[in-house]
Amino acid sequence: MASIEIAHLCRLAQLALTESEQAAALADLQRIIAMIDEMQAMDTDGVEPLAHPIESDQRLRPDTVSETVDRDHYQRGAPATRDGLYLVPRVVE
Amino acid sequence: MDPFASIGQHAARLRDGSYSSVELTRFFVDRAREHADLNAFICVDEEGALAAAEAADARLRAGTATALTGIPLAHKDIFCTRGTITSCASKMLENFVAPYDATVVERLNAAGAVTVGKANMDEFAMGSSNENSRFGPVRNPWDPGRVPGGSSGGSAAAVAAGLVPVASGTDTGGSIRQPSAFCGVSGIKPTYGRVSRYGMVAFASSLDQGGFLGRSAEDLALSLAFCAGADPRDSTCSEHVDEWLDGVAENGVGNLEGGLRIGLPREYFADLSTGSELLDAVAGFFESIGCSLEEVSLPHTSAAIPAYYIIAGAEASTNLSRYDGVRFGYRCENPGSLEDLYRRSRSEGFGAEVKRRILTGTYALSVGYYDAYYVKAQRLRRLIQRDFLEAFETVDMILAPTAPGVAFPLGELTHDPVAMYQQDIFTIPASLAGLPAMSLPCGFHQGLPIGVQLIGPHFAEKTLLQAGAAYQRETDWHTRHPEAG
Repeated sequence: MASIEIAHLCRLAQLALTESEQAAALADLQRIIAMIDEMQAMDTDGVEPLAHPIESDQRLRPDTVSETVDRDHYQRGAPATRDGLYLVPRVVE
Repeated sequence: MDPFASIGQHAARLRDGSYSSVELTRFFVDRAREHADLNAFICVDEEGALAAAEAADARLRAGTATALTGIPLAHKDIFCTRGTITSCASKMLENFVAPYDATVVERLNAAGAVTVGKANMDEFAMGSSNENSRFGPVRNPWDPGRVPGGSSGGSAAAVAAGLVPVASGTDTGGSIRQPSAFCGVSGIKPTYGRVSRYGMVAFASSLDQGGFLGRSAEDLALSLAFCAGADPRDSTCSEHVDEWLDGVAENGVGNLEGGLRIGLPREYFADLSTGSELLDAVAGFFESIGCSLEEVSLPHTSAAIPAYYIIAGAEASTNLSRYDGVRFGYRCENPGSLEDLYRRSRSEGFGAEVKRRILTGTYALSVGYYDAYYVKAQRLRRLIQRDFLEAFETVDMILAPTAPGVAFPLGELTHDPVAMYQQDIFTIPASLAGLPAMSLPCGFHQGLPIGVQLIGPHFAEKTLLQAGAAYQRETDWHTRHPEAG
């Protein structure tokens, strides 16, 4: 098994784990990946990857308006909004 | 009123005036409250349910009722229901009120069904024991010290304890079938794409499929008949036309047509110790009604769990990236920066198992590992599907165990994720292949229910449901229920 850089993975996944949480996550992940690595022994040469169980072309629909957006309704569940905008901490000083 | 009556029996009583939908709904709401110790429900919506029941009674009086009008049911809390909280058993969505109904909910509402409440589940449907819920574990009605299975554990426990006649569920790697087996109820995961995923909170989009847990194959068919079919809001929902299913509400499931050729996959029976004699009895039953039995091989079965935890993890890590604390869901207190907002909202909002799956998926998709893990798993997925397609050249249906054992004690596997993942060994392969599969109660081992799994070719729900109904006409395992009543 390749090494697992847990701090790097946490950054990619946008998760902030404490040092002890990272240690526990690493231990779990090492066991999970070791179990997963059993698949490496299976021969898959020349086998096409299967991304979707029912392989068919994506359907297209007529290019007509079928939905309306009720912004106020959809924003009711937002943590913070003002004038129809979502509020987040200041990004540009 | 009989809490363990079928949908058809309740529908007949509603029509002959023995009781109204309001009375029936109140009866089940009261039962849900009396059995609150099972923790099967995240919320019981008495007000909404009684309003729907009144509307159902008006339809019954007006003669515009369907086969489901006035029938109380529960929805797994992964289905969006407008106006009530849809939490997915996560702190992340603890206060989330969906702005729309899932297609499954919308179609059942249109049929006049009455939603009693939202069923407990593993957080974001990730789990095999229902111990990963923000709202605490669900208890198995057969033994409150044991798990109900997962992730649709609340749906399974609610049906088993007679708190509703039927409940919706979702199945990504076994989340309808395994809890059905553990709780002694019937459950169907339809063909991938049979039921719209619109409004079903996404876990792994190429695997997730909605279905039902209920008292019998007949009740499952009836519920499915009202939900299945194309949906312009889900482009992966199939346009497959099924005249048989469309006619189920009127004609019932019907009799099994001709003797089926039934395959027994040797890889599923090789190391099975618990319940093998019960499965032999089910196979014997089918033989006695003119079916033939034949051993088949699904040689890539052992690759299913590794491939699944890569594919499902990869899709989950992508799907769950939407939870960023900005547009909806949980937001951390006093974020210092946008990054801090993302990271702390996600870390505080997700539970341990969800984080494990996200990290597994992130690992599999990260630079340098993509081919060795993600693409490798997809190649194995094709081999697993090919195993089934080859078997279905000589058999019409596969008969197998649903789970390797009976419901295990609460807390037994919570500290060992890999051992927990092994619980899904017999359900994951059909999920990867997108096949319809059903679990039916077939007996007891040391007082705990055992399930038999029937797996069919794509869109062969008719075969499974007719076979299941034939079995249930001659046996009574599906009518057993826990003593607690």
